[in-house]
Amino acid sequence: MNKIVQTDPDQVEGVGPLYAAPKKVYPQSVFGTFRRIKWGLMAFCLGVYYLLPFVRWNRGLGAPDQAVLIDLPNSRFYFFFIELWPQEVYYFTGLLIIAALTLFLMNSVGGRIWCGYLCPQTVWTDLFYAVERLIEGDRRERMRKAASADPLKLERISEIVLKHSIWLLLAWWTGGAWVLYFTDAPTLVKELVTFQAPAIAYIWIAILTATTYLLAGFMREQVCVYMCPWPRIQAALTDEWALNVTYRYDRGEKRMSVKKANELRALCLPAGDCVDCYQCVATCPTGIDIRNGPQIDCIQCGLCIDACDNVMKKIGRPTRLIGYDNDINIQRRMAGKPPIYGIVRPRTIIYIALIALVGGIMLYALLTRSLLDINVLHDRNPVAVKLSDGSIRNAYTVRFLNKRGFDRVVTIDVDGPQDAVLHVVGDDSTTPDRPMVVLGRDGTTELRVLVTAPSEKNSKRSIPIKFRITDIGLGEVASAIDNFVLP
Amino acid sequence: MAESELDKVSGKTTTGHQWDGIKELNTPLPRWWLITFYATILWAIGYWVVYPAWPLLWSHTTGALNYSTRAAVAVELANLEKIRGDKMIALGAASLADIEKDPALLALARARGKAAFGDNCAPCHGSGGAGAKGYPNLNDDDWLWGGSLDQIVQTIQFGARSGHTKTHEGAMLAFGKDGILKRDEIGTVANYVRSLSGLSTRQGYDVIAGAKIFVENCTSCHGEAGKGNQELGAPNLTDKIWLYGSDEATLIETITNGRAGVMPTWVGRLDPSTIKALAVYVHTLGGGK
Ligand code: SF4
Ligand code: SF4
Repeated sequence: MNKIVQTDPDQVEGVGPLYAAPKKVYPQSVFGTFRRIKWGLMAFCLGVYYLLPFVRWNRGLGAPDQAVLIDLPNSRFYFFFIELWPQEVYYFTGLLIIAALTLFLMNSVGGRIWCGYLCPQTVWTDLFYAVERLIEGDRRERMRKAASADPLKLERISEIVLKHSIWLLLAWWTGGAWVLYFTDAPTLVKELVTFQAPAIAYIWIAILTATTYLLAGFMREQVCVYMCPWPRIQAALTDEWALNVTYRYDRGEKRMSVKKANELRALCLPAGDCVDCYQCVATCPTGIDIRNGPQIDCIQCGLCIDACDNVMKKIGRPTRLIGYDNDINIQRRMAGKPPIYGIVRPRTIIYIALIALVGGIMLYALLTRSLLDINVLHDRNPVAVKLSDGSIRNAYTVRFLNKRGFDRVVTIDVDGPQDAVLHVVGDDSTTPDRPMVVLGRDGTTELRVLVTAPSEKNSKRSIPIKFRITDIGLGEVASAIDNFVLP
Repeated sequence: MAESELDKVSGKTTTGHQWDGIKELNTPLPRWWLITFYATILWAIGYWVVYPAWPLLWSHTTGALNYSTRAAVAVELANLEKIRGDKMIALGAASLADIEKDPALLALARARGKAAFGDNCAPCHGSGGAGAKGYPNLNDDDWLWGGSLDQIVQTIQFGARSGHTKTHEGAMLAFGKDGILKRDEIGTVANYVRSLSGLSTRQGYDVIAGAKIFVENCTSCHGEAGKGNQELGAPNLTDKIWLYGSDEATLIETITNGRAGVMPTWVGRLDPSTIKALAVYVHTLGGGK
């Protein structure tokens, strides 16, 4: 048994239970700058998410014309002018690196602004709260309804049913938009409504409907506080310069009523601006009191700033008692110095430089990558064969990649061994020194290529050999280097 | 006994646990979190029961479902065979020349042929068909019994000196052992044979005598010019490829004791489409005529 040292008999009730019951949060609606920004970003994010699959992009005949498409059966990823093949997944690695660095940059400038404004969990939860507020009323009303012991009246039941129906509708629409990224959207919509879509589409819609409904409707802030790893990582990445939602305790303490504060100020005595109205706590979607200092539960949504600003305007005190700020500035203000906002500092410069570097490399690679490629694999067993006339032959497995949407004809030739003769297995019709090969569109062609060279003219044990293909229509060239080996 | 106290800053109690003066706040997990945690434990126990999990001394628990990865693989393999079955039928129906013209069939034949080669032919001819002393290299362009597709099929089907009624017959006689040629005659003709493919000859070797012995004894199989005869499996002696070796000692050994390597019969052991695939594979190794 644990013994409790009763330092404060009013607050210590004993060792807590095994679990903490979830604290239901009833965030109050608020108006102000940050709320407006959040509405705007929500509209933008949801707009992009829901409409992007319907944007078209002309890639020519036979190719999908959806701007953003993840074509799993054919292992292709289309993003506007970019078309990625499976062997180019390193672009995704680059994209992930850029995403991580951007998150670090955001974090070093403005703390968890990703969490407060852009994270899907935040956006959808915000949307679900809006629905809830519209149907069940604002904070007070919802709390009253939750606390009332009234038998369920018809009015209340219909409210609940309506709320959950709209939630489910939104969740379903979320899942519906998800699957549209994986196949031609208009076609899939038609199939979905006529119940002819593949089962996997319905399964994914069901999964995403369930998770959206559960996460945005019920788990809400618990996801941010308990499930998401980012708060922990972020806490390790942040520094004293990051602008976090901060209660400026230099202005706020001691808290007191407006009247008392005015009296004290009239006597030129120090007085706090915080009137302890609790508005900041009431609006907070995670239900915390920002006046207790920075804490892991704060998603930095800025709604408490709006709430407090409204109060400050009403009582005629300067706004931003809560604002994006940091401890350094609070200390400076207390010392009578002007605040400084060190947005440009080594950390942010390094992040920006790294983002630019990775982005630049990716862009360069993307713009200079070829749409025609050749890979050569030398036969290992045997590496070289002596023919009856004494000449030496090496065999190679050559893979051609044609990333264009049409068939094309290429010629193959080699540089390296003296008087080398090429032969493509299965192809007797071509000139021996420059065989011609048809490459199917948007795919790979694999051929066995034999290179024969007289041994008298090639005496080195290993001779570098360069395979070169030339598109006879477009003139595009690709090459690969390997070795020609003597026995 | 641990002592719990109130932490002034956070307004929370501590658990009473303390390490190096650092006290642990009592922040219990939410109920749903704990439920999820216990559910995963239950799930794991269910797994132990349903699937094979516990190693025993000599075996393991088999699990309530009797699931085994081996059985699963067997099923997959059977399915694969079924899928392949149709394609193999297409392969069986196509003519040899057509297979090499059709890229899809060629790829299939090569894949199937390579697998069959590894299972059946690699012990003698090597996994890449490079052969060894006495076992022909299938990558080069020298063929004892012919290197056209049809000839290769024929050889795979019935082998050489295998005892099958349709097998390739013909053996190199043991000129020394059977007393047909004397020791010095064998040495002389061996040098003659070396000269046929441009190899050096021993000092003081009698060219006229060598040619005479060759014409009297060898031309019936190897031909007047020593170019060999694929009907009899008689190798071309003028090229640069030697099955048993081209040095004088090896040649003397060959002429003295004869050679008669055996290639087994595969008809009956491999189905016709597999033999076809094998032939195509060998043909595309590079030496096929
Ligand atoms: S404390 Fe303020 S910024 Fe933080 S989550 Fe609550 S309302 Fe948002
Ligand atoms: S809203 Fe502002 S004035 Fe009201 S309690 Fe919060 S910090 Fe104090």
